[in-house]
Amino acid sequence: MNVGNDILLSNGQVLSRETIDGDIATINFGPTHPATHGIFQNILKVDGEKILSSEQTVGYIHRAFEKLAERRPYNQIATLTDRLNYCSSPINNLGWQMTVEKLIQAEIPKRVDYMRVIMMELARIADHLICNSVIGVDTGALTSFFYPFTEREKIYELYEEVCGARLTTNMGRIGGFDKDFTPVFHQKLKAFLKSFPKAFEEFNSMLERNRIFMDRTQGAGSISSERALAYGFTGPNLRATGVDYDIRAMHPYASYEDFDFIIPVGVQGDTYDRWMVRQEEVRQSVRIIEQAYANIPEGPVHADIPEFFLPDKKDVYNNMEALIYHFKIVMGETNVPAGEVYHSVEGGNGELGFYLISDGGRAPYRLQFRRPCFIYYQAYPEMITGSNISDAVITLSSLNVIAGELDA
Amino acid sequence: MSKNNQLRADLQQKFEGRILQIEELYDCLVVEISPVDLLATADALKNDASLSFNFLTLLGAVHYPESKERELCLVYHLHSWKNQNRLRIKCYLSIDKPQIQSLTSVFETANWMERETFDFYGVEFQGHPNLRRILNMDSMDYHPMLKQFHLEDETREDKDDRFFGR
Repeated sequence: MNVGNDILLSNGQVLSRETIDGDIATINFGPTHPATHGIFQNILKVDGEKILSSEQTVGYIHRAFEKLAERRPYNQIATLTDRLNYCSSPINNLGWQMTVEKLIQAEIPKRVDYMRVIMMELARIADHLICNSVIGVDTGALTSFFYPFTEREKIYELYEEVCGARLTTNMGRIGGFDKDFTPVFHQKLKAFLKSFPKAFEEFNSMLERNRIFMDRTQGAGSISSERALAYGFTGPNLRATGVDYDIRAMHPYASYEDFDFIIPVGVQGDTYDRWMVRQEEVRQSVRIIEQAYANIPEGPVHADIPEFFLPDKKDVYNNMEALIYHFKIVMGETNVPAGEVYHSVEGGNGELGFYLISDGGRAPYRLQFRRPCFIYYQAYPEMITGSNISDAVITLSSLNVIAGELDA
Repeated sequence: MSKNNQLRADLQQKFEGRILQIEELYDCLVVEISPVDLLATADALKNDASLSFNFLTLLGAVHYPESKERELCLVYHLHSWKNQNRLRIKCYLSIDKPQIQSLTSVFETANWMERETFDFYGVEFQGHPNLRRILNMDSMDYHPMLKQFHLEDETREDKDDRFFGR
């Protein structure tokens, strides 16, 4: 729309005619575009290649999880959390279970903590691998996308050994795990820890000092730490700006205080720094897994909370109490204390929080997810205004915006 | 003195008169204040050198249809990275007049979270730069997270939920 000679943009900003070289074009970047890696729309106003403004539309895959959760028993909500950040479902599952455990004040055995740490760090590796290899694709390096998928496949096989599923895992139970790690899991984890670092460094060497990759990513989509904090960034995207905020260190959960790891930070907050921070986090995750696996204590794999944890099937048939608990859990008739709790874990993209209000009923009275993607994606227009369209593409993929987490 | 007791003492000293209620729920201090004090309190909490609640973690609403004149509860989770403690602020609104000050001038991250809360609960945030629906479509004429909107069609006769559920 034109106001005299000047151009009024949809966000109210007015561009003076002198600052524009050619004509202004409107481009729909998304909702379905191969480079958005998910369903979100950006309406870009461009002057040639230069982005003048951007307007986002989100909600294309909104599934009303918070409303659905108000009707489901606690153990059935885990399957909703899978579908938030589906690149690292186990973190969401286990984060939710820890929230309920906090509400019912269950005492969790140390072995469960260590098993959870192993699974969550594997999930973090899978999440970061996808994000970082996709930045390769968006800069034109397809090899670096296919290569890490061999390794990611091994992580998914490990998920399968633990819970039977690959993507939407529904891993673990409230109170711990349904079963201990299987012998095949041990075998596969050992093989993974042996082969992964080498393969990962090979992947790393494809891009880290690659002149084309560096030229494309350095300075693209940068944000200062002040602006990132104002926008509520958390996770690797915040750490790339130089702020060492990590829930694992600030409010340790699942015995993270037992492990020695460093929190890598970047300087510029640009795409290259985000890539580098994620790469280093993968190495740290491997370190954490190695420590957890070497020191994993013996003991039960679930807490002693018969009201929430399904009894063994043989007990259900032979023991009255077990039968009652089995029935109550399956029908969602367990008594949950009234109260409200907030619990957060370090998800693949930042602080993944669960705010749970229980009124003592079978389902939460209110459950709100703190979805890191949703919160930091609002910074996107500011990050790309003034840059080229191709920079907008790699900025989007380096922010690792996952549609499921964005829309909930 | 534990961290929360210290914080409770500090808050009571600095915000005397504004705090309507203060309690500790599962290791987190929960403070109720009047909606008119929200913006000033959030600003003071953020900029106070010793409290320094620099980060707005989460913002949302809860609907209590039973409590008259206090049907909507706005919940703000603040986090002080310096002191490593969290604080939950609650403001109650009447459903007939769901208006509250926007926090966007203090925490920019509130922008989308307030839009989401408007979308789902119909809370009008005064001073918000762009208060539109965000996840639902613009043509929607109700706020679906309010408790009067049931998850499933109430007119269905083939399902009897008396035994299972609310």
